[in-house]
Amino acid sequence: MDPIFLKVVVGTTLLASSSAVVGTFSYLKGQSLVGDAIAHALLPGVVLAFMLGDGKNPAYLILGALVSGLIAHYGIAFIQNRTKLKSDTAVSLVLSTFFGFGIMLMSVVQQRGQGQQAGLERYLLGKAAAITMLDVYTFSALALVLLLGVALFYKGFQLMTFNEDFAHAIGLPVGLIRVTFTVLTVLAVTIGIQTVGVVLMAALLITPAAAARAWTKSLPQMIVLAAVFSAISAVLGTLISSAITKMPTGPWIVIILGLIGFTSLFIAPEKGWLFKRKRALENRSKINRENIMKLMYRQEEKRGKGNKLTSPQILSIRAMRDEALRVGLKDLKKRLWIIEHIDGFTLTDLGRMEGRRVVRLHRLWELYLTERLGMAPDHIHPQAETMEHVITPEIEALLIKELGMPQRDPHKSLIPYENE
Amino acid sequence: MIGDAISHAVLPGIAVAYWLSQSRSSIWMFLGAATVGVLATILIELLRKRLKVQSDASIGMTFTTLFAIGVVMITFWSDSVDLDQECVLYGEIAYVPFDVWMFHGQNMGPKALWASGILLCSIVVYLLFGYKGLKMTSFNEDYAAVLGIGVGAWNLSLMSMVSLTTVVSFESVGAILVVALIVAPAATAYLLVEKLGSMLLLSAAFALIGSLGGYTLSKVLETSIAGTIASTLGALFLLVLLGKTVVSKQINTYGLEGEKV
Repeated sequence: MDPIFLKVVVGTTLLASSSAVVGTFSYLKGQSLVGDAIAHALLPGVVLAFMLGDGKNPAYLILGALVSGLIAHYGIAFIQNRTKLKSDTAVSLVLSTFFGFGIMLMSVVQQRGQGQQAGLERYLLGKAAAITMLDVYTFSALALVLLLGVALFYKGFQLMTFNEDFAHAIGLPVGLIRVTFTVLTVLAVTIGIQTVGVVLMAALLITPAAAARAWTKSLPQMIVLAAVFSAISAVLGTLISSAITKMPTGPWIVIILGLIGFTSLFIAPEKGWLFKRKRALENRSKINRENIMKLMYRQEEKRGKGNKLTSPQILSIRAMRDEALRVGLKDLKKRLWIIEHIDGFTLTDLGRMEGRRVVRLHRLWELYLTERLGMAPDHIHPQAETMEHVITPEIEALLIKELGMPQRDPHKSLIPYENE
Repeated sequence: MIGDAISHAVLPGIAVAYWLSQSRSSIWMFLGAATVGVLATILIELLRKRLKVQSDASIGMTFTTLFAIGVVMITFWSDSVDLDQECVLYGEIAYVPFDVWMFHGQNMGPKALWASGILLCSIVVYLLFGYKGLKMTSFNEDYAAVLGIGVGAWNLSLMSMVSLTTVVSFESVGAILVVALIVAPAATAYLLVEKLGSMLLLSAAFALIGSLGGYTLSKVLETSIAGTIASTLGALFLLVLLGKTVVSKQINTYGLEGEKV
């Protein structure tokens, strides 16, 4: 394999995954955009370091970035704590003015014609393709420091993220933990920015964490998953940009990350859009089914067992969409809860049982509302209409026990039980 | 923060507009940017409300992905699109005087001046007509909705105004520094006053001081104009913040009448 390509892949993968690890914590703290602000705010420190030092040594620039990033971080915290400004205003304010100051300093460098601005440029636009062997070593060392830091402070970070007061109460050095986390964040941004540039740095912190969150609830799994997503994006992004001429690596990494992120949010089980949508649809058709069964059972109560109902008759009793009724009846036929005759539908024994169950729940709940909560009998129907679809067999048993196996509901209708 | 996000997210819209129209004509740029800006706003809201992504993260995810797509587009069409990433980042205010509007062979002055002038007028008109609706929706969305004010429409119109401002300013000062211009004067004013009306006037005053002072400073120091203006605005904020902290400390120690409490 091409050694230059390999170097870039190793470098970007290290950067992206270590940023993802730190980003996971800031995502869970709800402070994702602080990373974005730090990325912009590094600039003045980097440029000052460039002006004071000889500009060639990347360690100098990293040091400058670190100092500048820390100042920005504490500046944001100060504004958030001491003024009534909203926290995102504080973030934007520090971000844009620090960056502006950086640009101002940068124009001084250009004036002086100090040359070799490549070192500076990479902090703005990111130069993934220009990664040297020295960079790979530097990044590896920093990634190692980051991972070690997270490993050492894992318990502390976890507590700080989820419950800072509790961390305080059990005597953890919260101040130290917070400073460590800040330093690690600034470090991650400082090295990450050199691959993707100032604007896109936020993606390396936020997107993998958001994507991972869609798949899992556990923190360790989330960290690993976020790192894996980032590594995949780094490799694919580098591949694409090397396959097409002139293509920048950083933006491609971010696009792949975004693709993974949005897809995860779309298809992931439990939290994903598709899953939620499916569950909502299932729920709706269950309610629809139960309503039709209830209606047919009540008609049998009035007109006797085996009473036939046509679709227009059902619609005249309960207002529902034609389409919903059609789909519902088809579904019920398939479940063998109803039988279609030429002149209407009748309930099967199975269907009768289901209809009886829904009617029983409805009436039990109405009784509970009047007996135990003292509500007026003319106010309880709408609540029961909702609850009849929600009450589980366990709650049903408790209700029957609580009300002492009652015979009639508040409207004097019989409560139908199964043994009759 | 949403303004910042939108100023970055509009890049693909601008790139497509450049590519389609083959010109830097502001109207195309605005249409492209406005479309993507509105799309980005909708996407952010969707992530936040429907998918329960943290609000910070939904902003961050959306604008970085869109910006990355924009950068790739620009690179891809670099032969036909005269736009580069650096221009997007810092703008080219120094070149503004050379890009003049020729009308019937007459020099009408810099194009950007005209664009910004029209922008200013439309914002003033928007404020005059929309002051009440904006005020209601900014302070209490639920109450405004109860009163029958179209909260969604007001938010959308405000976002469109932000996109418009961003697009017009962006060629001059760049996508990041326009954020300083939007946020810093208002934040500084908010440190001092609470009423919306006085805040608007005061923030306009701070913006004027910042840009005039910043411009003068940049001429003296021979530094980047946009960068110096942003730094001046930042310094102004810092000054007011420090001044306020010192004064309120004195009031805490000595009381309003100057007696030690």
